[in-house]
Amino acid sequence: MSDQTSGTGKGPDVAAVENPLAPSQDSISVERAASGSEPTAGGGLMSGPFGRNLGLVLALLLICAAGVITAGDRFASIDNTLTILRFASTIGVVSIGMTFVITGGGIDLSVGAILALSSVWATTFATQAMAQDTHWLVMVFAALAVGAGCGLVNGLVIAYGKVVPFITTLAMLAAARGLAEIISERRTQIVTVDGFKDFFSTDVLGVPLLVVIFAVVSVAGWVLFNRTTFGRRTLAVGGNPEAARLAGINVNLHTVLLYVLVGFCCGLAALMLVSRTTTGTSTHGFMMELDVIAAVVIGGTLLTGGRGTIVGTVLGVLIFATLGNVFTLNNQDTSTQAVAKGLIIVVAVLLQQRLARRASST
Amino acid sequence: MRLRTPLRRHQSRRYSGLVVGAVAVLTLAACTGSAEDAANDDKGSSDAAPVAAAGSNDEEGDQVTIGFSAPAADHGWMAAITNNVRDLADQYPDIDLQIAEGTNDVNLQISQVETFINDKVDAIVLLPFDGAAMTPIALKAMEAGIPVINVDREFDDANAARVTVLGDNYGMGVSAGQYVCEQADGNKDAVVAEIAGIDSLPLTQDRSQGFEDALSDCGLDVDARQAADFTVESGERVAANLLQAEPKIDFLWNHDDDQGIGVLAAIENAGRDEFTMIGGAGSANAMRDIQDGNKVLKATVIYPSTQGADGVKLARLLLQQKAMGDLVEVEVPRTVQLFAPVVTSDNVDQYLDTAFES
Repeated sequence: MSDQTSGTGKGPDVAAVENPLAPSQDSISVERAASGSEPTAGGGLMSGPFGRNLGLVLALLLICAAGVITAGDRFASIDNTLTILRFASTIGVVSIGMTFVITGGGIDLSVGAILALSSVWATTFATQAMAQDTHWLVMVFAALAVGAGCGLVNGLVIAYGKVVPFITTLAMLAAARGLAEIISERRTQIVTVDGFKDFFSTDVLGVPLLVVIFAVVSVAGWVLFNRTTFGRRTLAVGGNPEAARLAGINVNLHTVLLYVLVGFCCGLAALMLVSRTTTGTSTHGFMMELDVIAAVVIGGTLLTGGRGTIVGTVLGVLIFATLGNVFTLNNQDTSTQAVAKGLIIVVAVLLQQRLARRASST
Repeated sequence: MRLRTPLRRHQSRRYSGLVVGAVAVLTLAACTGSAEDAANDDKGSSDAAPVAAAGSNDEEGDQVTIGFSAPAADHGWMAAITNNVRDLADQYPDIDLQIAEGTNDVNLQISQVETFINDKVDAIVLLPFDGAAMTPIALKAMEAGIPVINVDREFDDANAARVTVLGDNYGMGVSAGQYVCEQADGNKDAVVAEIAGIDSLPLTQDRSQGFEDALSDCGLDVDARQAADFTVESGERVAANLLQAEPKIDFLWNHDDDQGIGVLAAIENAGRDEFTMIGGAGSANAMRDIQDGNKVLKATVIYPSTQGADGVKLARLLLQQKAMGDLVEVEVPRTVQLFAPVVTSDNVDQYLDTAFES
């Protein structure tokens, strides 16, 4: 069970990652796990990464079927598909970043707050005035820098201050949103820079730019996760940091980079939300961390670290977005939807555990 | 009206676009005096003619599909908004109401409105979580030919809504302030305290401004002010601190009756009864307290929880080409601002029926 090995038996894998001259069986298993494809011998169809994704695809198809049955053409139309995708885009971009952090053994509760702070910083009077004078890219730069900067702070405190990620990012959650409130004086800041608005509202071959960004980030995330040393180190650090350190990985530096990455994703998502609403406020992304973590977890990424999947995360995001859409189309209220969401999370995690157990016993 | 029966078979959403189109055609045609010709051209909704006479607005008209979206009902007043909308839609068989999940996530609320646009509903009644953030999508709906009725929290672009229904936040403050002035009866030394709602919201700032302005007219000012966040728990906490800090108060205005439950609890715990309390929003709870007269709460200022329902009702009139009965004007007005009356034991009977249960 290749993908399980990488999650549970770490030492040799890690050594293999860092020492390509010693291609043991375990090194292959890490690569397989990392590549996120191909079920392996003896694990049954559903236990491999491919099988897990197949389960998610089935779940998504099931929800789509429910949508077609209950709403017919209203669901299965291009307009509606784009509505789902536009909604999923902002959450999706953050979820890709979160997949890295969780796989690396961490958690980031501050994503929504960082998004809010980035959106506010990018739309302050000063930033917009500068953008008017120079170029709207100033706003883009501001959002990305603020996002990555917050991530850097998180990462430094976690890696070098040895504060657990849960607490560090909880503190950032409070502080970043508070700072956003202070900067914006708790008012909604309206974007007046036309270049920015025009650019982000363009379509690429009929696909809204927001959706294109989500697609590009997903592909880039997949490549980074599955085809680079950075991705393999992330698995190693999440699986067993001590073994990773002994294998020569700079675990602290890598941890910092993971939080910078998710912070950067928050900055990008902030820009997407700013363009969607033409506003920046301290209320943007409220409770977003829960949606993001839920999507990553039902996607198949282990909360304990050491195993992750980008494809699963994208499917997880799409499952929740489509589910919400089907509920809206059917005139269902919040409460029913919340119950359904809760059930899906629990069922997904229970299934995951069963599969993991079966896999480790074979 | 019986002629409409065949039309009803076409009530599916596919035709609602036609209805809007026909309404537009009719409006144009009416100007040229050939309404009948135009109506005959378009069989899908041929009898959408503005025939309703004054006083017959409630008579069943063409079927209209109205989409409604509001923030999460995490607060008595907000819950009442959606409940009132549902109740109203039940009263009118010609309203097909689509309610989208209540949410405080603008990203989600935008996609709900997109769904309404995709569905080609006839009109959208929108109480935005954040008016400015919902402006682009409201503009999109208007561009798609779907009239938007903006409720309570204003868009930042006047073109984003056909009708705007607003409460009067500044007026609430003024009403409360004037009531205090009346009761103080020239006493310039009266100690006035204020417990506001969420301070970041423009509506809270407006309420406080109105209160301050009205008080200054009779030479009073706010001696102590604290902000809570519209929840019972926050009301209790803030009031407890305020009572501790102010040993003697003459008047206390609390912006919101939901948080007021907590405020009253704190007052009871502190055993204080030397002052008169004025509430805000107008919950049924508060009004029953006023009716009983056993507590310090002697009055409340209404912020109508029926504005969403009013929005839906106006959308119906607009779509059915009806005017507001008691106005001479033949079109539905652009802005309707509701009044913020003071409820006391004298007139509480008049308002209790439309008060919201928190």
